[in-house]
Amino acid sequence: MHIALKLIAQRLALGGLLLVAVSVLIFVGTQILPGDVAQSILGQSATPESLANLRAELGLNEPAITRYFAWAGGMLTGDLGTALTSGADIGDAIGGRLANTLFLASVAAAFSIPLAILLGLLAVRFKDKWPDKLISATTLASISLPEFFIGYLLIFFFGVKLGWFPSVATVYDGMGFWDRLEVVILPALTLTLVVLAHMMRMTRAAILNVMQSAYIESAELKGLSRFKIIYRHAFPNAIAPIVNVVMLNMAYLIVGVVVVEVIFVYPGMGQYLVDHVSKRDVPVVQACGLIFAAFYIGLNLVADVVSILTNPRLRHPK
Amino acid sequence: MRPLGIPISAWIGLISTGLFVFAAVFAPLIAPYPMTEIVGAVWEPRSAEHWLGTDNLGRDLLSRMIYGARTTLGIAAAATILSFTLGSALGMTAAVVGGWIDQLLSRFVDLLMSIPTLIFALVVLSVMPVSIPVLILVMGILDSTRVYRLSRAVAVDVNVMDFVEAAKLRGEGRIWIVTREILPNALSTLVAELGLRFIFAVLFLSSLSFLGLGIQPPAADWGGMVKENKDGIVFGIGAALIPAGAIALLAISVNLVADWILNRTTDLKGGRGGQ
Repeated sequence: MHIALKLIAQRLALGGLLLVAVSVLIFVGTQILPGDVAQSILGQSATPESLANLRAELGLNEPAITRYFAWAGGMLTGDLGTALTSGADIGDAIGGRLANTLFLASVAAAFSIPLAILLGLLAVRFKDKWPDKLISATTLASISLPEFFIGYLLIFFFGVKLGWFPSVATVYDGMGFWDRLEVVILPALTLTLVVLAHMMRMTRAAILNVMQSAYIESAELKGLSRFKIIYRHAFPNAIAPIVNVVMLNMAYLIVGVVVVEVIFVYPGMGQYLVDHVSKRDVPVVQACGLIFAAFYIGLNLVADVVSILTNPRLRHPK
Repeated sequence: MRPLGIPISAWIGLISTGLFVFAAVFAPLIAPYPMTEIVGAVWEPRSAEHWLGTDNLGRDLLSRMIYGARTTLGIAAAATILSFTLGSALGMTAAVVGGWIDQLLSRFVDLLMSIPTLIFALVVLSVMPVSIPVLILVMGILDSTRVYRLSRAVAVDVNVMDFVEAAKLRGEGRIWIVTREILPNALSTLVAELGLRFIFAVLFLSSLSFLGLGIQPPAADWGGMVKENKDGIVFGIGAALIPAGAIALLAISVNLVADWILNRTTDLKGGRGGQ
């Protein structure tokens, strides 16, 4: 078997195994810790009889292993269970919200990826000159800024003072694509600023790493212009590490989305999760937690697979 | 310009961090008003009586910022200490002992790190009571995974050095090896990391409080204050930006200091000696 394929198969199997382990961890984390679902629904004043009834109704008297398999089986077949607080089907509630979250994340990715790569290239081109130094300084600042600072600053200036964009990201059914896009501009910009610096810094490092190779030196000795060296010789070889960087940052976006959705009151997965954590609605939290973890693991897996596929030493084994 | 051999950027970071710590430690002495007392109208603008104005309930914003520094910095510091103690003890033990203990710990850390920290914290907080000890515990344990990885990596490097071999041949026990041989040699790397982990804890706690799952009102903490005052933003009242900006300023200051320490320790490794 081809060595790259074998490695990829290994990674995929490992990813699947990891997901199973994560589902166990999420399940155990919400079951074994002190605090009981029935108790938290009924509150401290509940009578022992009503507690016992609710426990039986929720199947809490079954052994934990049975409950885990029932839950995990449901997850696999698309049955996410029902929310404790509203009695609504979780799958129905999540469907539209997941689409909203993915839309927001894609818009943020569409802004941030080209921008980060462009700025990374600029930083390399003007290494140790003022553009590079300016970019490094901004990086330090933007790594330190919490999402809500960037978000509210944007709302304050662009939403309220200037009135260019809506400050609250309301989405309704039947909304056109352009209307939706206008609504997510500020949240997407917030996410962009959150990931941009990191992505750019790693792009810069990836290209600089390639720039130290012998073939770059020979291109320099050949008399090629500095810009041509970067985009003809260095950039193609830096694609693999850059894709890796991009994927890792997309995984980070998935988390950043939680806070950003709350800031902009955007009806996505993150807001849904946070709402139900404070209501102590465990089935919803479990389902959302697993979906977030699955995306996170999936994107990291893609990063791994891409770096295997684009590694010439693995594609052409001796 | 490097007064006392410390670069300007590090000076700015040190002074500004120092001011924050001073405010946190002496909060009751310097705050002009009590933390929870209503002393004016809702969202009063800046004035001589209220330097930063008042908040969504008419409490003095400056006083709440000062008390908030105490809560935010205190809890973040406690979580960082926990994560460092736990992470470096387990990491160095794993590196020295090796074998199945190392495997078990490392795979468990891999597992914990494969879930985004915030998501896992939310999952756990959905069943745990939201109280300060629980917050410190959750943040400290989740963050210790990163310290574990770092200290294990450093300890693996140090563990193969000649002086460690010599200590082993002398018949020293594992506790001696970890505390007397490895810890002193790993310390400079860990100290630089300490600042970064502390900032991460501040940001993490603030995010949780902002989501309503951290410090509970009426206690003041910066993330929670952003949440309390965020509704003013759409009316053009920037009260929420003040605690958010304070978090950012603290994070930048500590980063400046950590950068300097990191550069200094790498200088030392290069064997350049005094400058």
